[in-house]
Amino acid sequence: MAFFGIFGGGATASDAAVEAAALRSDRFRQEREADWTRLEAIVSKLEAGRSRRLSDADVLALPVLYRTVASSLSVARETSLDAATLAYLEGLVQRAWFQVYGPRVTLWGWLRRFFGGEWSRSVRALWPELSAALVLMVAGTIVGWLLVASDQDWYYSLVPTDFLDARVPGASHEALKNTLFGGSKEDGLSVFATYLFSHNAGIAILCFALGFAFGVPPLLLLIQNTATLGAMLWLFHGQGLTYDFVGWLSIHGTTELFAILISGAAGLHVGRSMAFPGKRSLLEAAAESGQRAAVVMAGVVLMLVCAGLLEGLGRQLIEVTTVRYAIGYGMLAFWLLYFFAFRRDPHSGEAA
Amino acid sequence: MAITLPRLRRLPPADGRRTLITPEGIALPITLAARSSRLGALMIDLGIMILTLLILTLVFAYGGMRLWGDSLSAKGHDSSVNNAVQFLIIAWLVLVWLTRYAYFLFFELGPRGATPGKRLTGIRIAARNGGRLTAEMVLARNLLRDIELFLPLQLFLSVNSDDGTDYAGLMAGLWFLLFALFPLFNRDRLRAGDIIAGTWVVEAPKRKLEAVMSVSQTATSGTSTTTGASYRFSDDELAVYGEFELQTLERVLRENRPEALAAVQEAICRKLGWNPGAGDERAFLEAYYTQLRARLEAGMRMGRRKADKNA
Repeated sequence: MAFFGIFGGGATASDAAVEAAALRSDRFRQEREADWTRLEAIVSKLEAGRSRRLSDADVLALPVLYRTVASSLSVARETSLDAATLAYLEGLVQRAWFQVYGPRVTLWGWLRRFFGGEWSRSVRALWPELSAALVLMVAGTIVGWLLVASDQDWYYSLVPTDFLDARVPGASHEALKNTLFGGSKEDGLSVFATYLFSHNAGIAILCFALGFAFGVPPLLLLIQNTATLGAMLWLFHGQGLTYDFVGWLSIHGTTELFAILISGAAGLHVGRSMAFPGKRSLLEAAAESGQRAAVVMAGVVLMLVCAGLLEGLGRQLIEVTTVRYAIGYGMLAFWLLYFFAFRRDPHSGEAA
Repeated sequence: MAITLPRLRRLPPADGRRTLITPEGIALPITLAARSSRLGALMIDLGIMILTLLILTLVFAYGGMRLWGDSLSAKGHDSSVNNAVQFLIIAWLVLVWLTRYAYFLFFELGPRGATPGKRLTGIRIAARNGGRLTAEMVLARNLLRDIELFLPLQLFLSVNSDDGTDYAGLMAGLWFLLFALFPLFNRDRLRAGDIIAGTWVVEAPKRKLEAVMSVSQTATSGTSTTTGASYRFSDDELAVYGEFELQTLERVLRENRPEALAAVQEAICRKLGWNPGAGDERAFLEAYYTQLRARLEAGMRMGRRKADKNA
C-alpha cells in the first residue's frame, strides 16, 4: 500500500453533496469524514464481537483506515481548533489502535503456537533459574533427611500429620507398606484427583506469584516442600521400603515435582529480573520476565492436570512398583524431551 | 561514541492524563481509569462470579439430590449412581476452578479488552508500551490477581472457621491490604499484576462525531437568516479572544441553550462595546465563532497561537 499522506482521503466523490463549509479546517474534515465514519463502523463491529459480519474489504481496510485517520488527527491538531472533532478523532484513533494492536490471536491459534514451541522455548529461557531450583530441591531433600535422621522430632514439624496418619516414626513395616498400596479401596478416586489438581495448581501459582517479592519466597517454598519429601524418604528407608516408596512417589511425582520446579524457577526469574534489571528500567524488566513466566505457568497448570490424574487415578489403580516406575520416568523423559529437544520456532509458520 | 545520559524525565501528572506513543509515532492522549471505577468494575465482576457459582452450585446440588433420592428409593444400582454423583462433583470442581481462573482471561482477551464489569464502568486494559496487547500480558496480570485477591480471601475464610489464634487471619488481612493499596502508591495506578504484565487500565473512549460548525448560512456569509443583519467583525474585535474562549463558545453553540447563548452574547458585546440585541443570539455567535476561528486557524498555520484572551 502506498503512502497515505495528508491529502490521501478517499471521500472526494461525495463532496458535491455536502454543503461546503466556510472554514478551511471544516472543509478538511468534510473531505475525510467518510473515512472516519467507515472506520468507526468497522471498529464498533469489532468491539461488539461481530467480526464475522465484516466484509473482506472492511477487514483489509482496517489498518489502512487506521493510518489514514491517525494522519487526519495529526493534521487536525496543527490546523483545526474544533475541540469536539479533535476529541472525536483522538477517541476514534485510540479505539482503532486497540483493535489493530489488540490480542488478535484466536484461542486456537494461541494454543497452536503455545504447544508448537512457545512453551518449550520459554522453559528453556529459564535454564539458570531451573538449575538453581533443582539444586535447592535436592538440597531441601537432603536437609530434610539429615534433620530427621539426627532428631526424630523434626519429622513432626516437617511433615504435616494428623493423628490418624500411619506414617510416623516408629511405624511398622506393614503399616507403612499399607499406605503405599492400600489405595484401591478408596472411594471417589477421580474426585480426589480433581481436588489434588486444584490444590497443587494453587501452590504452583503461589510459587510463581510470590516471585514478585524479589524471588525470596519461592526459594523458601521449594526448600520447605522438599524437606518434607526428604523426611518421608528417611522414614520409609528405615523400614526397607525405599524402592516401593520412590515408585509410589514417582508415578505422579516426576510430573508434579517438575511442575513445581518450573513454577519456582518462574518465580525466581521474575524476582531476579526485578532485583537486577540491568539496562532496562525496573518496570520493563518486570513486564518482560512476567510475560515469559506467564507462558511457563500456563504450561505448569497443564502439567499439574496430568500429575493430578496420575496421582488420583494411576497411583490408586496401579499397585505394581515396576509399572509405577515405568510410568513415572516415562513421563519425565517425555517432559525433558519436549522442553529441551523440541526446538521449533513458534513463529515459523506465520508471516511477520 | 554515544554516551547515554540518564534522561531527566518530568514526572507524569497525577490527574491520570498520559500520552501514549503508538508504533506509528502518533501521540495519543489517554486517561488512566480512576481507582474508584476499577474498584467498581471488580465489585461487579465478583458479583457476577459469585452469582454464577451460586447458580452452578444449586443446579449441581439439585442434580445430586435427585440422584441420591433415586438410589434410596430403588436399591441395587448403587455403583452407577455413585459414579454419576462423582461425575457431578468433578464437573462442579472443574467449573468452580474455571470460574476462578478463566473468567478474567476470557473477557480481557476479547476485542474490548474488558470484563463485563470494566465494560460497564467504561474502562479497559492496554499495553503500557503502546504496542500490541498480547495474550501473555493478560495471562500474567490475571495470575497475579490470584495472590492479590483470591488467596488471602481463601486464607481469611479458612482461618475464620477455626477458633484458633487470629494471627493467620491478621496476616491474610495485611497481605490483602498490601496488594489492594498498591495502586494508591504509584502514579500510573498499577496493581502488582499490571507491573508484572506490562499493562495498565485506561478509560475506553466513546465520543460521537458532532456536526460541522461552519456550514450554516450565518457562518458562511455572516448574514443572519432571521433578521437579515450582517455581522462583520474587524481584526481588532477578533483579537480580544483566544483558543480557550473559542472552545468555550463552541461548547455553548453545540449545547444550544437559549439562556447560555444570550449570556455569552452579552459578554462578548460588552467586551467589543457593541449594543446586544435580542432574538438573534445564535446567528451573532455563529458569525463571531466562525470569524474568530478563521483568524486563529490562519495564525496557527503561520505558527502563531493564542491560548486565551490574556496571551
